[in-house]
Amino acid sequence: MASKDLLIKGARVIDPAANRDEIADVLVRAGRIEAVDPGLGIPDGAATIDATGQVVAPGLVDPHCHLRQPGFEYKETIGTGSRAAAAGGFTTICSMANTRPVADDRGVIETILEFAEREAVVRVLPLASVTMGMQGRQLVQMGELVDAGVIGFSDDGIPLPGADTMRTALEYATRFDRPIANHAEDPSLIAGATMHEGLTSTRLGLPAAPRQAEEIMISRDVLLSELTGGRYHALHLSSGGSVELIQRAKERGAPVTAEVTPHHLTLTDAIVGGREEPAAARLGPYDANTKVNPPLREPADLDLLRAALASGVIDCVGTDHAPHARHEKEVEFARADSGFSLFETAFATMLGLVHTGVLDLPALIERMTVAPARVYNLPHGTLRPGAPADIVIFDPELEWVVDRERFLSKGHNTPYHGLPMKGRALRTIFGGETVFDLAATPAATGGSVGA
Amino acid sequence: MPLSQRNLLDLDEFGRDDIGLILDTGVSMAEILSRQIPRVPTLRGTTIANLFYEASTRTRVSFELAARSLGADVVNVTASGSSIEKGESLVDTLRTVQALGADMVVIRHRDAGAPYLAAATLDCPVINAGDGWHAHPSQALLDLYTVRTRLGRLEGIKLVIVGDILHSRVARSNIWGFARMGARIVLCGPPQLLPHEVTRFPGTDGLVTIEPNLDVAVEDADVVMALRIQQERMEGAHLPDLREYARLYSISEARLARANPDALVMHPGPMNQGVEISATIAYGNASVIEEQVTNGVAVRMAGIYLLAGGSAEAANGQ
Repeated sequence: MASKDLLIKGARVIDPAANRDEIADVLVRAGRIEAVDPGLGIPDGAATIDATGQVVAPGLVDPHCHLRQPGFEYKETIGTGSRAAAAGGFTTICSMANTRPVADDRGVIETILEFAEREAVVRVLPLASVTMGMQGRQLVQMGELVDAGVIGFSDDGIPLPGADTMRTALEYATRFDRPIANHAEDPSLIAGATMHEGLTSTRLGLPAAPRQAEEIMISRDVLLSELTGGRYHALHLSSGGSVELIQRAKERGAPVTAEVTPHHLTLTDAIVGGREEPAAARLGPYDANTKVNPPLREPADLDLLRAALASGVIDCVGTDHAPHARHEKEVEFARADSGFSLFETAFATMLGLVHTGVLDLPALIERMTVAPARVYNLPHGTLRPGAPADIVIFDPELEWVVDRERFLSKGHNTPYHGLPMKGRALRTIFGGETVFDLAATPAATGGSVGA
Repeated sequence: MPLSQRNLLDLDEFGRDDIGLILDTGVSMAEILSRQIPRVPTLRGTTIANLFYEASTRTRVSFELAARSLGADVVNVTASGSSIEKGESLVDTLRTVQALGADMVVIRHRDAGAPYLAAATLDCPVINAGDGWHAHPSQALLDLYTVRTRLGRLEGIKLVIVGDILHSRVARSNIWGFARMGARIVLCGPPQLLPHEVTRFPGTDGLVTIEPNLDVAVEDADVVMALRIQQERMEGAHLPDLREYARLYSISEARLARANPDALVMHPGPMNQGVEISATIAYGNASVIEEQVTNGVAVRMAGIYLLAGGSAEAANGQ
């Protein structure tokens, strides 16, 4: 049974894939985009949403998240993760393979897709691991996994240690036109490390690794991409020095893409030593909610990463949404799990960079929709007629305060708790159906509005 | 005058007044320890829990003697033979110890920052008895006390700390403490164990420098402090060999001759004689190593007493 037509009226419609940025109406019919045009009439029986003064964009695409199912359902499930994603404006999320069992064979991928079919409110697209059990040696059966629906391959969380393995994986993946995405850090340099090596780590006496750990691995990987012609995706860049390595590889014609997370663009290693202001967002020293991998770095890194995202050297934003349970963060820093629950703050954090002039709004939407879709050859992230009606309606000016107790994600591990934000998703529509409506769910919104 | 701090986690939060207060109170405590019966009932009814997650002899015994000399009851919890061995989390152990009635917790842990987790979890004062590579504030306080007692001042003296600075909590806490009191600090060791960032700690204002050549570093030094070299650094490819280390960084008579004539030699212990320090120096006239141990009890008494709410004036009248 086809759902009712839906007309979203009067919003600023930004669809970078179609080069559109204008006040227009969007008509949804049978779960797909029917038309986008200024001044569409209201079809008989259509529902309407007056979005005057708001922005309409393609539903956001997250190329990098951890949904924890199967195996770690106490951290997150595909159901809770997808609802958190919807609350953050995402309609397509790409899940990493470090589940238990590892997503390294058809059975696990089919399990994930079955869970997604049953419980997810947005599109879940799994990556498989590159190697069996993410052990860094034997390659997975890429052909069968691609048939099962895998969009790419990554041992994310564990850098692929051998240059020989990376070379072979890149070569083999050309047969299927899928990228190899690597967590780029030199394993020997990061052994035992808990944060970025610098003044803060020295002061705190925490084992640390320098940014060169990332740059060395990026160097190796882009050279192998150039050698093999294999598509390489650099996950979550953290070092400013990685930018010129990516740029150089692109200039030399290597099929390389790169992503950056909201936190690597906005937070520095200094917060591991504590944060005093604002008082509501106070963090003590060694708070494991500041621990992430790769680690937060220094202001100079942020500047270079921001400029690279604005220029397009870094293709896209990935959240690296990594939910953990409280007991995994309320421990000694060295023993804590790494990562942040990010779906519900990512878009607001990025809109903050628009407000401060790092990049303009259409560029940000591009980096969070069609650009990540391109990394994995996905047809999503656009409002072109005929596309699935995956839409986010947002208010870039709405002020709110992050409250982790209101997260829809099971993971309350965020370094943004208590911070003021400006801009957020008001409504997320997936396949024509509203899957998140801020006005209808004020108690479970990731934070208080107008506080 | 009370302490401005609720806990003793590191000296970075301690001002000159706080440190001076502890050192002055230490003098009163040393007087108590010199008595026929070296004990006062001041903290009778108070329970102090020693949580030692890492092996320790002198620090644990020193804290225990300090607490008992003030009349407190002491409970020792060590990693082996307790629920820690069964995998109980630090936070759960802390909550249990608090529920059992601890009024103060002394914690030694192999992970930097564990005492901060303790302080965030507990309502009672927490003393850091050494956390990972981070801090060992009671050691720095007893070092300050020993130097002040011997030289009569801290302002303007030159302290050389020799060894594995990168992995040393003693070095870090001494940097904060001695810099806060106006001393100059030269850090010396193999370059791979000598991070440049140690010269940039906030508020140390050019007082801290690094010098990888010990012959240069010791010139005109008032105090030379050797750090223990850990055997595992050899396995971690941080150092080639103990013999090579001793050749370049051992405190020897020839090297000490380059320092001031009345320079003090210190070591936080336990020593590797013949590695970071020669036996003749360790037991020679310049050595105050045993005094450091003795002073440790008085200074820890002062810390416990002040954190329990005592004042310097009252300590004088004990």
